[in-house]
Amino acid sequence: MTRTTPPGHGRLRYTLVLGCLAAALATAVVAGLALGSVRIPPGQVITILTGGADPGPFRTIVLDVRLPRVLLGVIVGAGLAVVGTVLQALVRNRLADPFLLGISSGASAGAALVMVLGIGGGITTTVAMPAAAFAGSLLALALVYGLARRRGAMTGGRLVLAGVAVAYILSALTTLILIVSARPEHFQEAMYWTFGGLGSARWSTLLLPAVVLTLGTALLIALARPLDLLLAGEEGATVLGLDSSRFRAAVFVLASLVTGVMVAASGAVGFIGLLVPHAARMAVGASHRALLPVAALGGAVILVAADLAARTVAAPQDVPVGVLTALTGGPAFLWLMRRRPEGAPV
Amino acid sequence: MTATLRLEGLSYAADGRRLVDSADLTAAPGETVGLVGPNGSGKTTLLRCVYGTLRPSHGRALLDGDDLLTMTPKARARRVATVPQDGQLDFELTVREVVAMGRSPHKRFWEADTAADADLAEAALDRVGIAALADRAFPSLSGGERQRALVARALVQRPALLVLDEPTNHLDIRYQLEILTLIRESGTTNLLALHDLNLAAYYCDRVHVLQEGRIVASGTPHEVLTAELLATVYGVTAEVSTHPATGAPTVVYLPPSA
Repeated sequence: MTRTTPPGHGRLRYTLVLGCLAAALATAVVAGLALGSVRIPPGQVITILTGGADPGPFRTIVLDVRLPRVLLGVIVGAGLAVVGTVLQALVRNRLADPFLLGISSGASAGAALVMVLGIGGGITTTVAMPAAAFAGSLLALALVYGLARRRGAMTGGRLVLAGVAVAYILSALTTLILIVSARPEHFQEAMYWTFGGLGSARWSTLLLPAVVLTLGTALLIALARPLDLLLAGEEGATVLGLDSSRFRAAVFVLASLVTGVMVAASGAVGFIGLLVPHAARMAVGASHRALLPVAALGGAVILVAADLAARTVAAPQDVPVGVLTALTGGPAFLWLMRRRPEGAPV
Repeated sequence: MTATLRLEGLSYAADGRRLVDSADLTAAPGETVGLVGPNGSGKTTLLRCVYGTLRPSHGRALLDGDDLLTMTPKARARRVATVPQDGQLDFELTVREVVAMGRSPHKRFWEADTAADADLAEAALDRVGIAALADRAFPSLSGGERQRALVARALVQRPALLVLDEPTNHLDIRYQLEILTLIRESGTTNLLALHDLNLAAYYCDRVHVLQEGRIVASGTPHEVLTAELLATVYGVTAEVSTHPATGAPTVVYLPPSA
């Protein structure tokens, strides 16, 4: 009576997808460490990484300059993809993304304010800025959610419009904050916050994002079952036993926290959180236990690769990586919008 | 599993209007109880108060004496199952995954499904006749197939009470009969809102007629579905006879001039 597909089939495919992504990530990381203004042979990169003897000047470049930046790319890429996946379930809409919904801009505004005011003294960059970014993203998300909701329902159109408006206002605010502070280095910062970039990566600023990503993703994978229930709609989730308003509120806070911490470290990088979850769903389906690890790996690969391109396309100029993700992500977003199935809600 | 459902003076008011007004109703264990009435008579509102997505303004809904309204969603979902109205689910979960969601109320949130859960889902898919569609993406199904998958999901919850709002909507006649037979034979207590009076007459042990939020008639289909009642509640002329084969009342509507 049981007409299942052979049990190994789905699992084999899933393992294959994870394996390919892990290999892609390893390749991207090594390439990210090897390429740049100084080219280092990949073999030598691996020797340095594995602690082998390498007296040359490359050691400093690999370990102190490039590695923090590449690792930040891994963390932020994974974090944004995970947040995008979860936000899409939360609002039941594939066009949700921390950047498009203005959450990243809220985080930028919070972080910029703290930086300009110099709040936090010695812990400005490691603690105060991420905390303010978290507050900013939570505020922005609550605002967009409140604006887009109408009698319990939320259309994609309202959601994206509210998100774009809030994003504009908050990124303008960020620019204003940085410019009135009238310190020339802040002009540079303004562009960095708006578009996002990994140039400020230091070992000292990696710890918090790494911890938040790891704990946040682990928690969300543990919450895969209720996340799936969200896809059944508010009423559907309730009749399947989920206290959906409390759960949604909790996921809201968690998504804002992860976004805030990522943005404090990298500025507002767009489109990773939009496109990676979509591609991951095409590869392994929409069930979150399978989806979240794939999205995380995929986001890491994409951002490390994009950052490598950002460092090298206009070398020695360092293009903000968000410019590249927007250049490629924008058209992909439009394509995604057009290929919505007939009659499906936007 | 089965249970006794009692509604005691259940009312729901919105914007100062009573959409459901002091409904009293009892469904004995294993009984199939139908709610009929014109559009807007309060059937859906009453059902939503029972399955817990609306909070009644007065009265109680008791399942074996336990107040459904004060239970947590999870405790309620272990005993009451339904097919929600907004179950469109446009993300690409497979039919199997959607049906397996019915196991959630019996699980801790981090727990994965076991082989026994998978078997329950498989059996339910089989019972509603869509086992062959198990690996398809839920959004790719037709309206009728989705409806059957969601009924399967409700069965997988292993409820004592099934509360279904127009469970035969979108279904071909063959599946209307199959689904209602299945629901009747599932051993649960069933509270169904039905549009089709002939289906209600055949499948329900008792029928309650709602008009403007009030229950205006209750009893067996034979007692309730009469030409006089159809004239007052629906404003139609109809002939009601007992069908020789089924023994149930059969309603034939007559055009206004006849």
